[in-house]
Amino acid sequence: MSHETSSVRTLIFAFLGLMVLLALTVWGSFINVGAWRATVAVVVAIAKALIVMIFFMHLKGGNRLTWAVAGAGFFWLSILLVLTIGDFVTRVALAPVP
Amino acid sequence: MAESQSLVAHHFSTLEQEHDAETMGMWVFLATEVLFFGGLFSVYTVYRVIFPGAWDAGSRILDLNLGTLNTAVLLGSSLTMALALHAARLGNRRTMVFFLLVTASLGTLFLGVKGFEYYHKYTEHLLPGLGFELPAGMPVQVGLFLRMYFVMTALHAFHLIVGIGLVLVLAVFGWRGKFTPLKHSPVELIGLYWHFVDIVWIFLFPLLYLIDRS
Repeated sequence: MSHETSSVRTLIFAFLGLMVLLALTVWGSFINVGAWRATVAVVVAIAKALIVMIFFMHLKGGNRLTWAVAGAGFFWLSILLVLTIGDFVTRVALAPVP
Repeated sequence: MAESQSLVAHHFSTLEQEHDAETMGMWVFLATEVLFFGGLFSVYTVYRVIFPGAWDAGSRILDLNLGTLNTAVLLGSSLTMALALHAARLGNRRTMVFFLLVTASLGTLFLGVKGFEYYHKYTEHLLPGLGFELPAGMPVQVGLFLRMYFVMTALHAFHLIVGIGLVLVLAVFGWRGKFTPLKHSPVELIGLYWHFVDIVWIFLFPLLYLIDRS
Protein backbone atom coordinates (compact mmCIF):
# COMPACT_ATOMS: atom_id res chain seq x y z
CA MET A 1 0.00 0.00 0.00
CA SER A 2 1.17 3.50 -0.75
CA HIS A 3 0.41 4.95 2.67
CA GLU A 4 3.48 6.67 3.94
CA THR A 5 4.25 5.99 7.56
CA SER A 6 5.51 8.76 9.80
CA SER A 7 9.04 7.98 10.91
CA VAL A 8 9.74 7.27 14.57
CA ARG A 9 11.65 10.55 14.65
CA THR A 10 8.60 12.50 13.45
CA LEU A 11 6.36 10.79 16.00
CA ILE A 12 8.71 11.60 18.88
CA PHE A 13 9.05 15.23 17.76
CA ALA A 14 5.24 15.48 17.58
CA PHE A 15 5.04 14.14 21.15
CA LEU A 16 7.68 16.62 22.37
CA GLY A 17 5.73 19.42 20.67
CA LEU A 18 2.61 18.30 22.55
CA MET A 19 4.52 18.35 25.86
CA VAL A 20 5.80 21.88 25.18
CA LEU A 21 2.25 23.05 24.44
CA LEU A 22 1.00 21.34 27.63
CA ALA A 23 3.65 23.16 29.71
CA LEU A 24 2.80 26.40 27.92
CA THR A 25 -0.94 26.15 28.58
CA VAL A 26 -0.49 25.24 32.28
CA TRP A 27 2.07 28.04 32.77
CA GLY A 28 -0.12 30.47 30.80
CA SER A 29 -3.11 29.78 33.03
CA PHE A 30 -1.29 31.45 35.95
CA ILE A 31 -0.88 34.70 34.00
CA ASN A 32 -3.84 37.03 34.18
CA VAL A 33 -4.73 37.90 30.59
CA GLY A 34 -8.30 38.79 31.53
CA ALA A 35 -10.94 38.02 28.94
CA TRP A 36 -8.40 36.32 26.66
CA ARG A 37 -7.85 33.42 29.07
CA ALA A 38 -10.36 31.10 27.45
CA THR A 39 -9.30 32.06 23.92
CA VAL A 40 -5.62 31.31 24.65
CA ALA A 41 -6.51 27.97 26.30
CA VAL A 42 -8.71 26.89 23.37
CA VAL A 43 -6.18 28.01 20.72
CA VAL A 44 -3.45 25.93 22.41
CA ALA A 45 -5.88 22.97 22.63
CA ILE A 46 -6.66 23.28 18.91
CA ALA A 47 -2.93 23.32 18.13
CA LYS A 48 -2.47 20.13 20.19
CA ALA A 49 -5.44 18.47 18.49
CA LEU A 50 -4.02 19.35 15.05
CA ILE A 51 -0.63 17.82 15.95
CA VAL A 52 -2.39 14.60 17.05
CA MET A 53 -4.54 14.47 13.91
CA ILE A 54 -1.81 15.30 11.41
CA PHE A 55 1.00 13.13 12.80
CA PHE A 56 -0.62 10.40 14.94
CA MET A 57 -3.87 9.98 12.99
CA HIS A 58 -1.97 10.29 9.68
CA LEU A 59 -4.14 12.93 8.09
CA LYS A 60 -0.85 14.07 6.54
CA GLY A 61 -0.73 11.02 4.27
CA GLY A 62 -4.51 10.56 4.11
CA ASN A 63 -6.59 11.04 0.97
CA ARG A 64 -8.90 13.99 0.35
CA LEU A 65 -12.06 12.08 1.26
CA THR A 66 -10.68 11.51 4.76
CA TRP A 67 -9.88 15.20 5.06
CA ALA A 68 -13.42 16.05 3.93
CA VAL A 69 -15.04 13.74 6.50
CA ALA A 70 -12.79 14.98 9.33
CA GLY A 71 -13.44 18.57 8.27
CA ALA A 72 -17.22 17.94 8.13
CA GLY A 73 -17.16 16.73 11.75
CA PHE A 74 -15.58 19.96 12.91
CA PHE A 75 -17.79 22.07 10.63
CA TRP A 76 -20.93 20.54 12.21
CA LEU A 77 -19.45 21.07 15.66
CA SER A 78 -18.83 24.74 14.86
CA ILE A 79 -22.49 25.14 13.75
CA LEU A 80 -23.61 23.59 17.06
CA LEU A 81 -21.36 25.81 19.17
CA VAL A 82 -21.58 29.12 17.25
CA LEU A 83 -25.38 29.16 16.92
CA THR A 84 -26.00 28.04 20.51
CA ILE A 85 -23.52 30.45 22.07
CA GLY A 86 -24.55 33.27 19.71
CA ASP A 87 -28.08 32.91 21.05
CA PHE A 88 -27.09 33.13 24.72
CA VAL A 89 -24.55 35.92 24.25
CA THR A 90 -27.02 38.17 22.41
CA ARG A 91 -29.87 37.47 24.85
CA VAL A 92 -28.00 39.42 27.52
CA ALA A 93 -27.58 42.41 25.20
CA LEU A 94 -31.28 42.46 24.36
CA ALA A 95 -32.54 42.25 27.97
CA PRO A 96 -34.97 45.10 28.75
CA VAL A 97 -33.54 48.03 30.70
CA PRO A 98 -35.12 48.13 34.18
CA MET B 1 -9.60 -20.06 -2.14
CA ALA B 2 -6.03 -19.04 -2.70
CA GLU B 3 -4.37 -16.85 -0.09
CA SER B 4 -3.88 -13.99 -2.55
CA GLN B 5 -7.61 -13.85 -3.24
CA SER B 6 -8.78 -14.05 0.38
CA LEU B 7 -6.60 -11.11 1.39
CA VAL B 8 -9.09 -8.62 -0.07
CA ALA B 9 -12.73 -8.87 1.10
CA HIS B 10 -14.96 -10.02 -1.79
CA HIS B 11 -16.83 -6.71 -2.15
CA PHE B 12 -13.62 -4.76 -2.79
CA SER B 13 -11.41 -4.77 -5.87
CA THR B 14 -8.09 -3.90 -4.26
CA LEU B 15 -6.49 -3.71 -0.81
CA GLU B 16 -6.09 0.03 -1.37
CA GLN B 17 -9.82 0.50 -1.97
CA GLU B 18 -10.71 -1.64 1.06
CA HIS B 19 -8.31 0.35 3.23
CA ASP B 20 -9.73 3.71 2.07
CA ALA B 21 -13.29 2.55 2.78
CA GLU B 22 -12.35 1.33 6.28
CA THR B 23 -10.53 4.54 7.11
CA MET B 24 -13.42 6.70 5.92
CA GLY B 25 -15.90 4.60 7.90
CA MET B 26 -13.89 5.17 11.07
CA TRP B 27 -13.69 8.91 10.45
CA VAL B 28 -17.48 9.06 9.90
CA PHE B 29 -17.95 7.32 13.27
CA LEU B 30 -15.53 9.77 14.88
CA ALA B 31 -17.44 12.71 13.36
CA THR B 32 -20.59 11.47 15.14
CA GLU B 33 -18.56 11.15 18.35
CA VAL B 34 -17.41 14.77 17.94
CA LEU B 35 -21.07 15.81 17.91
CA PHE B 36 -21.86 13.48 20.85
CA PHE B 37 -19.28 15.24 23.02
CA GLY B 38 -20.13 18.55 21.28
CA GLY B 39 -23.55 18.57 22.96
CA LEU B 40 -21.89 18.47 26.39
CA PHE B 41 -19.32 21.08 25.39
CA SER B 42 -22.12 23.45 24.34
CA VAL B 43 -24.02 22.94 27.62
CA TYR B 44 -20.73 23.63 29.41
CA THR B 45 -20.14 26.83 27.40
CA VAL B 46 -23.70 28.15 27.82
CA TYR B 47 -23.51 27.80 31.62
CA ARG B 48 -20.08 29.34 31.62
CA VAL B 49 -21.44 32.38 29.76
CA ILE B 50 -24.29 32.66 32.30
CA PHE B 51 -22.29 31.89 35.49
CA PRO B 52 -18.65 32.96 34.85
CA GLY B 53 -17.86 33.45 38.56
CA ALA B 54 -18.99 29.95 39.51
CA TRP B 55 -16.95 28.43 36.66
CA ASP B 56 -13.81 30.29 37.85
CA ALA B 57 -14.35 29.12 41.44
CA GLY B 58 -15.17 25.57 40.29
CA SER B 59 -11.97 25.18 38.27
CA ARG B 60 -9.87 26.11 41.32
CA ILE B 61 -11.39 23.16 43.22
CA LEU B 62 -9.89 20.65 40.77
CA ASP B 63 -6.38 19.26 41.32
CA LEU B 64 -4.18 20.91 38.67
CA ASN B 65 -1.14 18.65 39.33
CA LEU B 66 -3.12 15.45 38.80
CA GLY B 67 -4.87 16.96 35.77
CA THR B 68 -1.54 17.91 34.18
CA LEU B 69 -0.05 14.50 34.99
CA ASN B 70 -3.03 12.77 33.38
CA THR B 71 -2.76 14.92 30.25
CA ALA B 72 0.91 13.96 29.90
CA VAL B 73 0.04 10.26 30.46
CA LEU B 74 -2.64 10.31 27.77
CA LEU B 75 -0.46 12.19 25.26
CA GLY B 76 2.24 9.59 25.94
CA SER B 77 -0.25 6.80 25.27
CA SER B 78 -1.01 8.35 21.88
CA LEU B 79 2.70 8.25 21.07
CA THR B 80 2.98 4.55 22.02
CA MET B 81 -0.18 3.77 20.00
CA ALA B 82 1.39 5.48 16.96
CA LEU B 83 4.62 3.52 17.58
CA ALA B 84 2.59 0.27 17.74
CA LEU B 85 1.10 1.04 14.31
CA HIS B 86 4.58 1.88 13.01
CA ALA B 87 5.82 -1.53 14.21
CA ALA B 88 2.78 -3.24 12.63
CA ARG B 89 3.59 -1.66 9.27
CA LEU B 90 7.15 -2.96 9.51
CA GLY B 91 5.93 -6.38 10.63
CA ASN B 92 7.70 -6.26 14.02
CA ARG B 93 5.26 -8.41 15.97
CA ARG B 94 6.97 -8.23 19.38
CA THR B 95 7.54 -4.47 19.22
CA MET B 96 3.92 -3.92 18.22
CA VAL B 97 2.56 -6.04 21.09
CA PHE B 98 4.95 -4.30 23.50
CA PHE B 99 3.73 -0.83 22.52
CA LEU B 100 0.08 -1.95 22.58
CA LEU B 101 0.54 -3.19 26.15
CA VAL B 102 2.28 0.08 27.13
CA THR B 103 -0.64 2.00 25.59
CA ALA B 104 -3.20 -0.02 27.56
CA SER B 105 -1.12 0.43 30.76
CA LEU B 106 -0.92 4.22 30.32
CA GLY B 107 -4.70 4.27 29.73
CA THR B 108 -5.18 2.29 32.93
CA LEU B 109 -2.86 4.66 34.82
CA PHE B 110 -5.00 7.58 33.60
CA LEU B 111 -8.13 5.85 34.93
CA GLY B 112 -6.40 5.17 38.26
CA VAL B 113 -5.46 8.83 38.72
CA LYS B 114 -8.99 9.84 37.67
CA GLY B 115 -10.46 7.39 40.18
CA PHE B 116 -8.21 8.84 42.90
CA GLU B 117 -9.45 12.34 42.00
CA TYR B 118 -13.08 11.14 42.13
CA TYR B 119 -12.50 9.51 45.52
CA HIS B 120 -10.85 12.67 46.82
CA LYS B 121 -13.86 14.75 45.68
CA TYR B 122 -16.13 12.24 47.45
CA THR B 123 -14.27 12.63 50.76
CA GLU B 124 -14.53 16.43 50.37
CA HIS B 125 -18.33 16.13 49.91
CA LEU B 126 -18.00 17.46 46.37
CA LEU B 127 -19.44 14.43 44.54
CA PRO B 128 -23.01 15.40 43.59
CA GLY B 129 -25.57 12.94 44.96
CA LEU B 130 -23.35 11.43 47.68
CA GLY B 131 -23.38 13.75 50.72
CA PHE B 132 -22.84 16.77 48.45
CA GLU B 133 -22.11 19.96 50.37
CA LEU B 134 -20.36 23.03 48.99
CA PRO B 135 -17.89 24.91 51.23
CA ALA B 136 -19.39 28.05 52.78
CA GLY B 137 -19.21 31.16 50.61
CA MET B 138 -19.11 29.28 47.28
CA PRO B 139 -21.62 30.31 44.61
CA VAL B 140 -24.33 27.65 44.45
CA GLN B 141 -23.72 27.19 40.70
CA VAL B 142 -20.34 25.61 41.51
CA GLY B 143 -22.52 22.53 42.02
CA LEU B 144 -23.51 22.82 38.36
CA PHE B 145 -19.84 23.06 37.35
CA LEU B 146 -19.02 19.92 39.36
CA ARG B 147 -21.93 18.04 37.77
CA MET B 148 -20.63 19.00 34.31
CA TYR B 149 -17.12 17.95 35.41
CA PHE B 150 -18.28 14.51 36.54
CA VAL B 151 -20.55 13.86 33.53
CA MET B 152 -17.95 14.94 30.95
CA THR B 153 -14.98 13.18 32.55
CA ALA B 154 -17.03 10.03 33.23
CA LEU B 155 -18.18 9.86 29.60
CA HIS B 156 -14.56 10.32 28.55
CA ALA B 157 -13.42 7.64 31.02
CA PHE B 158 -16.04 5.25 29.59
CA HIS B 159 -14.60 5.80 26.11
CA LEU B 160 -11.13 5.13 27.50
CA ILE B 161 -12.28 1.86 29.15
CA VAL B 162 -13.65 0.73 25.77
CA GLY B 163 -10.35 1.79 24.15
CA ILE B 164 -8.25 -0.17 26.65
CA GLY B 165 -10.37 -3.28 26.00
CA LEU B 166 -9.93 -2.90 22.22
CA VAL B 167 -6.16 -2.35 22.51
CA LEU B 168 -5.82 -5.49 24.68
CA VAL B 169 -7.76 -7.49 22.05
CA LEU B 170 -5.35 -6.12 19.42
CA ALA B 171 -2.40 -7.23 21.56
CA VAL B 172 -3.80 -10.80 21.77
CA PHE B 173 -4.51 -10.99 18.03
CA GLY B 174 -1.17 -9.37 17.27
CA TRP B 175 0.67 -11.91 19.44
CA ARG B 176 -1.03 -14.71 17.50
CA GLY B 177 0.32 -13.18 14.29
CA LYS B 178 -2.99 -12.05 12.80
CA PHE B 179 -1.52 -8.81 11.46
CA THR B 180 0.91 -8.49 8.56
CA PRO B 181 2.61 -5.46 7.00
CA LEU B 182 -0.05 -5.65 4.24
CA LYS B 183 -3.07 -6.29 6.42
CA HIS B 184 -3.32 -4.63 9.83
CA SER B 185 -6.32 -2.30 9.54
CA PRO B 186 -7.63 -3.03 13.07
CA VAL B 187 -4.43 -1.56 14.58
CA GLU B 188 -4.84 1.55 12.44
CA LEU B 189 -8.60 2.01 13.05
CA ILE B 190 -8.52 1.40 16.82
CA GLY B 191 -5.51 3.73 16.86
CA LEU B 192 -7.69 6.44 15.29
CA TYR B 193 -10.29 5.87 18.04
CA TRP B 194 -7.58 6.04 20.73
CA HIS B 195 -6.23 9.34 19.39
CA PHE B 196 -9.77 10.72 19.24
CA VAL B 197 -10.29 9.94 22.95
CA ASP B 198 -6.97 11.70 23.59
CA ILE B 199 -8.19 14.78 21.66
CA VAL B 200 -11.38 14.93 23.76
CA TRP B 201 -9.18 15.12 26.87
CA ILE B 202 -6.96 17.77 25.21
CA PHE B 203 -10.07 20.02 25.24
CA LEU B 204 -11.52 18.85 28.58
CA PHE B 205 -8.29 19.58 30.48
CA PRO B 206 -8.02 23.37 29.87
CA LEU B 207 -11.80 23.88 29.95
CA LEU B 208 -12.19 22.17 33.33
CA TYR B 209 -8.86 22.68 35.14
CA LEU B 210 -7.41 25.90 33.73
CA ILE B 211 -10.30 28.39 33.69
CA ASP B 212 -8.94 30.65 36.40
CA ARG B 213 -5.62 30.02 38.14
CA SER B 214 -4.27 33.57 38.06
